[in-house]
Amino acid sequence: MNILGKRYYFFALSLLIIVPGLILLFSSGLPLSIDFKGGTLLEVKFDNQSPTPSDIIAAYDEANIKDTQVQSSSTGSFVIRSEFLTNENRDIILTALRNSYGNLEVVRFDSVGPSIGEQVTSRASLAVAVSSLLVVLFIAWSFRGIQNAFRYGICAILAMIHDVAIIFAITAYGAKFLGWEIDALFLTALLTVIGFSMQDTIVVFDRIRENTNIYRRLDFENLVNHSIVQTLQRSINTQLMTVEFLLLALIMFGGVTLQEFASILLIGLLSGTYSSIFIAAPILVLWENREWKHWFKRKATA
Amino acid sequence: MIRNLTNRILVIALVLIVALWIDLNDKITIPNPFDQNTNLFERNVKPRLGLDLQGGLQVLLEADLPESAQVTRDSMETARAIVENRTNALGVSENVIQVAGDRRIVGEFPGAEDADAILDIIQQTGLLEFVDMGDFTPEEGSILQTDYLPGSTEPAAQPSDGSTVFHTVMTGKDLSSVNVGQDPNTGEIGINFVLSSEGAQVFGAYTSANIGKTLAIVLDKVVISAPRINDAITSGQGTISGNFTNATANALAVQLRYGSLPIPLKVVETRIIGPTLGEDSLQKSLLAGTVGLVIVVLFMGTYYRLPGIAADVSILLYAAILFAVFKWIGVTLTLPGIAGIMLSTGSALDANILIFERLKEELRAGRTLRQAFDQAWSRAWPSIRDSNIAALITAGILFWFGSTFGATIVKGFSLTLALGVLISLFSSLYITHALLALAFDIFKPKNYERWIGI
Repeated sequence: MNILGKRYYFFALSLLIIVPGLILLFSSGLPLSIDFKGGTLLEVKFDNQSPTPSDIIAAYDEANIKDTQVQSSSTGSFVIRSEFLTNENRDIILTALRNSYGNLEVVRFDSVGPSIGEQVTSRASLAVAVSSLLVVLFIAWSFRGIQNAFRYGICAILAMIHDVAIIFAITAYGAKFLGWEIDALFLTALLTVIGFSMQDTIVVFDRIRENTNIYRRLDFENLVNHSIVQTLQRSINTQLMTVEFLLLALIMFGGVTLQEFASILLIGLLSGTYSSIFIAAPILVLWENREWKHWFKRKATA
Repeated sequence: MIRNLTNRILVIALVLIVALWIDLNDKITIPNPFDQNTNLFERNVKPRLGLDLQGGLQVLLEADLPESAQVTRDSMETARAIVENRTNALGVSENVIQVAGDRRIVGEFPGAEDADAILDIIQQTGLLEFVDMGDFTPEEGSILQTDYLPGSTEPAAQPSDGSTVFHTVMTGKDLSSVNVGQDPNTGEIGINFVLSSEGAQVFGAYTSANIGKTLAIVLDKVVISAPRINDAITSGQGTISGNFTNATANALAVQLRYGSLPIPLKVVETRIIGPTLGEDSLQKSLLAGTVGLVIVVLFMGTYYRLPGIAADVSILLYAAILFAVFKWIGVTLTLPGIAGIMLSTGSALDANILIFERLKEELRAGRTLRQAFDQAWSRAWPSIRDSNIAALITAGILFWFGSTFGATIVKGFSLTLALGVLISLFSSLYITHALLALAFDIFKPKNYERWIGI
């Protein structure tokens, strides 16, 4: 099985998903939830009467609250997003709604000041950056016995960045077509995928490390290809286990927010396995062959 | 294949018994053999569910001071204790109040429904001041301007607009104890207080120098009572009198006892998770976990045969141990935490799969069962080691950062992931290894192709 020979197809496939997604993301802005940009989410369920979304927006306007968006959920409740509500404002709104439409139950009330989200985002990115750096150093150290040990760490991180890019791209599509938002659970999904991606890549790299000592006469490309094929069964089974496990969770959870979380996780974990085989190892070969020297030459001669 | 296999099996059995003991009880007690009424050891190991699984109220409080102002760890800790005391006085059980980062406090109130009552009681500043009135006697209930500034020991400058600002002699933080008492002669209800030694000195010096003057007792700038100083009070004890009923006196005493917050706090985040949402996600996550586990168990058993069954048992033990460790440490389970568990369960399975694929490979290469068995573990080890160390590095950094900015979501994820990874290593390297060796010992398979599924 010659996987590496088709490496440019795999790169192209990934770019085909990532590039339009990221363009979409940057052109329409990050679909941040209130967790990150601040604001209020109020989910209410009315006992008897049900107002229309525009009724609710009118009630908010009356209380002088801006940026109101109303979504009715499948369970018959309303998810109302607005600017940051103080507790007094919340009471005003709830009283107004109760007076007009009868008794209601507050299912969820999230109110987040704008400064918090910014800090969480920047600190979390810093945390990911620091742990990536440490992982590069660790892999370089752990692979010190073989040539160009540093490359392995960097390729593992490139594969991880690939997975993160895939997640953001998919989220951009989800935001465009399904109304997804980047919330705190998104952050969890992202962290899970990053963890999984690194583990998966290291397993493939470990096999390359081992084979380097066994097949000394094999050229690097064949060696890597051989290593991928050897670990393929394990990759498929592990993927089946983790994703199957999570896929079921996804189906069972069902809730609106969790569905989004589980979908992102599912795609991210798939991408994690894909990237360790079709991105990380091929980049290693690309680097070994210094293929970028030929990229433009080939074009010129063709 | 393994030396001292019996010992290993005994260790595993012991670990399992302890784990199940913790899993199946909400309280671990070891009675004192010499005294029936006391326990040698006692620990509450009730599982703790996060608000996203249980419903309730979460509040994030922040020091309401300019960015530049220094907030000490001590004062945050004091503020935390005060918030905890105040909200415990409400009778809501199992509250969790934690300092998050340098200037924030997270309060979680599982099952709480009346958010306002809790917010009200947290935000009460309860600032008690003893104010120097000179010869002027204010009316009870009137509002005073005082020169007390939080965090400052210097009196503030007089304003230029001509309004009077009174000097605060002492604040409630110098109180060491407070209780409600009744004057045996008049039957009047008052609040008796005892001052700290430092407070007693200040109070003693002030009252000796100002006999005949008025000292107002002011709570949150409102005059409660304005007694005249008849004698120097050097004993460090005194009584606040006012028009109290038993209930109002008790309420005030609670406020005074739990003191004024050393730093003003403002609410920056409130989350109310309705009980239906919480219950729903808990039910569904439990169901999903169970169904997922059953499928994994079936797959491992059919695909890897005997080793697969050993891995199944070891994964179940892993789950039992993990749950016990969570209960023991008191990890609060949240949805991100469950994601962490899933990831670490995935890596536990992955380790088993790596080993079994290796086992098959070695057998195909013509090794004997015994050789292949030994090779499988030693050859799979570097890859299991490195990938798990990478996961632990990530979890460690995330935990560190999670603690500093109070993003409980990141912290919960990294903690469960790290614990899960450590226990998964034990499960795949120690338990599966021993169980499979035992199984081979018992069955002594001749045509191992069928037993292993090659």
